[in-house]
Amino acid sequence: MLRGQKPSRRRFLASASALPILAITGHAQAANISGHLPWEAFAGEPPRPVNPMGWYFFTPAEATTVEAIVDRLIPADHLSVGGKDAGCAIFIDRQLAGSFGKSSRLYMKGPFAKGLPTQGYQAELTPAARYRDGLRALEAHVRGAHGKGFAQLSGEQQDEILAGLESGKIELKLAPGLSTRGFFDLVLENTMEGFFADPLYGGNKGLAGWKLVGFPGARYDYRDHVDKHNVPYPRGPVSIYGET
Amino acid sequence: MARLLPRKDVVIMGLGWTGAVLAQELTDAGLDVVAIERGPWRDTATDFNIGYMPDELRFSVRKELFLSPVVEAMTMRNNADQVALPMRDYGSFLPGHGVGGAGVHWNGYVWRFFGSDFQLKTHLSKRYGARRVSELQLEDWGVSYDELEHCFDRFEYLTGTSGKAGNLKGQKIEGGNVFEDARARDYPTPPLKMPYAAALFMETARGLGLHPFPAPAANLSQPYVNPLGVAMGQCTYCGFCERFGCANYSKATPQTTILPVLMKKKNFEARTECEVLKINLHPDGKTASGVIYVDRSGEEYEQPADIILLCGYGLMNVRMLLLSGIGKAYDATTGEGTVGRNYCYQTQGAGVRLIFEGKHFNPFIGTGALAAVIDDFNGDAFDHSSLDFVGGAGISCGTSNGRPIGYRPTPQGTPRWGAKWKKAVAETYQNTMGIGAQGSSYPVRGNYLDLDPTYKDRFGRPLLRVTFDFPDNDLRMANYMSGQLTKIGRAMNPRELTVSHAGKGWNSVPYQTTHNTGGATMGANPRTSVVNRYLQSWDVSNLFVIGASAFQNNAGKNPTGTVGALAYWAAEAIRDRYLKKPGALVGT
Repeated sequence: MLRGQKPSRRRFLASASALPILAITGHAQAANISGHLPWEAFAGEPPRPVNPMGWYFFTPAEATTVEAIVDRLIPADHLSVGGKDAGCAIFIDRQLAGSFGKSSRLYMKGPFAKGLPTQGYQAELTPAARYRDGLRALEAHVRGAHGKGFAQLSGEQQDEILAGLESGKIELKLAPGLSTRGFFDLVLENTMEGFFADPLYGGNKGLAGWKLVGFPGARYDYRDHVDKHNVPYPRGPVSIYGET
Repeated sequence: MARLLPRKDVVIMGLGWTGAVLAQELTDAGLDVVAIERGPWRDTATDFNIGYMPDELRFSVRKELFLSPVVEAMTMRNNADQVALPMRDYGSFLPGHGVGGAGVHWNGYVWRFFGSDFQLKTHLSKRYGARRVSELQLEDWGVSYDELEHCFDRFEYLTGTSGKAGNLKGQKIEGGNVFEDARARDYPTPPLKMPYAAALFMETARGLGLHPFPAPAANLSQPYVNPLGVAMGQCTYCGFCERFGCANYSKATPQTTILPVLMKKKNFEARTECEVLKINLHPDGKTASGVIYVDRSGEEYEQPADIILLCGYGLMNVRMLLLSGIGKAYDATTGEGTVGRNYCYQTQGAGVRLIFEGKHFNPFIGTGALAAVIDDFNGDAFDHSSLDFVGGAGISCGTSNGRPIGYRPTPQGTPRWGAKWKKAVAETYQNTMGIGAQGSSYPVRGNYLDLDPTYKDRFGRPLLRVTFDFPDNDLRMANYMSGQLTKIGRAMNPRELTVSHAGKGWNSVPYQTTHNTGGATMGANPRTSVVNRYLQSWDVSNLFVIGASAFQNNAGKNPTGTVGALAYWAAEAIRDRYLKKPGALVGT
């Protein structure tokens, strides 16, 4: 799920082995397990923090637009930094470049039919493809209406456009099967994920999201506080890699 | 051509809760057992590592431990007039994957169903008249609570469940669930500490004359050594429980209760990353010869065995029967056939959200089954004579987590983004609590499981098709619960109270609950059940189908306690009855 990660014991076995199963019986790495607990050292899959430099999925122009969007969805004010400085665009970029962007976990076999709302998203396009298509259509709409790019508009104008995407007042010319509201919801959802996920994924810089609401992050033991009713938790947030 | 392997006494499909219980019991009985598990091996130290388990994005949002639809998806529709389409991502429910199954990332509620749940048809007809339940397709389970009592006990002591008895051998005990059926002894460990929201709820409920109690939780209140000698730790209320593996050995899972003993046995073997394709039958069709499975390299094997145990997730058990041509598939138009019949879910949707001012609920201090509950309106604990429904709901105030990607309450009318949203979420996060109703789900003719005619899995086999909508009876029940919840919520005097209602049109997208039941139901009559009272197939006598697939109806309670009890019940039947005289344990 993360870029550049070394293949784990499990991943390796899942992808590689052309060995017949019986030939590796009894081996520590075998999937045929008997007589022992198959524990081995360093077999886990710790996450690797994203490299904050550059863009992996977005073009520079797309990145500029996305940074402008996330900075309106989560604007900077006295409560916290904005979505851009919190790294939400970096977060989305890395997610789109990885397993999430490719829908690699999902059922992607056809036929693709227009479904009912109760049946969920049914189009063939992956999140990565939806961003590419949606950002193209948004830029085309904004240039048509305002003669410049989304990022060049004032904050107020940007808010108006985002509200139009959300409400259906603006209909982007998207690929077949996609809806403007669907695109907006996807961007909003991913922005919030970035703002509130562990910072190792590129967003929530300085633990801004967690500080905003008072979530202590990757703390692990609240036994001393569970029955301290209505008492603020005294410690601030901590991330998986120990950032406080 | 599948490669033929040496015969085993027992082959088990799936190494989750039921597979682990059955393997443990039958290896103890001296049998040579192999479990075939589709997903990977998983253990606490490696896969639920304390250093990186508290990662909401990876485990809760991207669902790393769950079954991926790319491995197995299902199609869904609300009724037979619609065309089923695949759930391209799982949403409404999240099946497990790998060793431990859903027992890895469950919440940890260990309930006993009411005695009346096992004889629902007889019980309700007797109390209210048969006409009152004629819109439902109720069946008795063929087994009674009294017969299962010691099996519930075994599962509670296996898992170290933390709780307080409310009915000890018929004696009602205040502070426990006074509506539960009699139990022979108390829970093995005392209840968890109640957090602020649950404490407020309990106080209010008591004031209204209701009977709150701490939910029975397999997130342990104190260290515990189970009857197999496996030690568990004390829950730390870390708030990364359900959807996660427990890094602390304090949530009961197959890994923390059975596998350390089972895996060391010479007469047990687990084959992971191997998927069973079908159950093979002998030419007479009355017994199974074994299973065909494929390993991760794509090579096929035939594993012959004397006893075949289908121990997958309930929905997968039903699909395996259908793929193997075992039993008669249910036909909703004629009402004939049994496999896929009486699929039930759980009637969620009734709830209240309360927003206060100046409170500190600390929602992040929680664990999977940390809740205060009332059963005053559950099952048939209350009189339905003058009501327009049967069934009920467990009403609970739980604090499982405050993980902020998923939990970001804001007052009604707040925009979803921008400066106003930010201000609202910052103010509301600490001031919000909720009370929910987990409602029973009763069978109707039009809710069922079968094979999809269009969509296939990675091996080219048809996907399971789920045809389901909430029955009108259950929606009337849920609506009544919304009213009860509103009363309780108002008595707590919040600044804002938001009531939610259940409605028609089951939606597969938002998470509701992974409590899918039925489809391979148990009973006394082979025309209305797939397995007999011992969970033995009516059609194939050396096949047992174990799991929530056996439920004829779902209660207003989480199913795992009853699943665990049925696993011990089936294991005892195999050990004490079947091994002595292989063949049908119940005549037809």
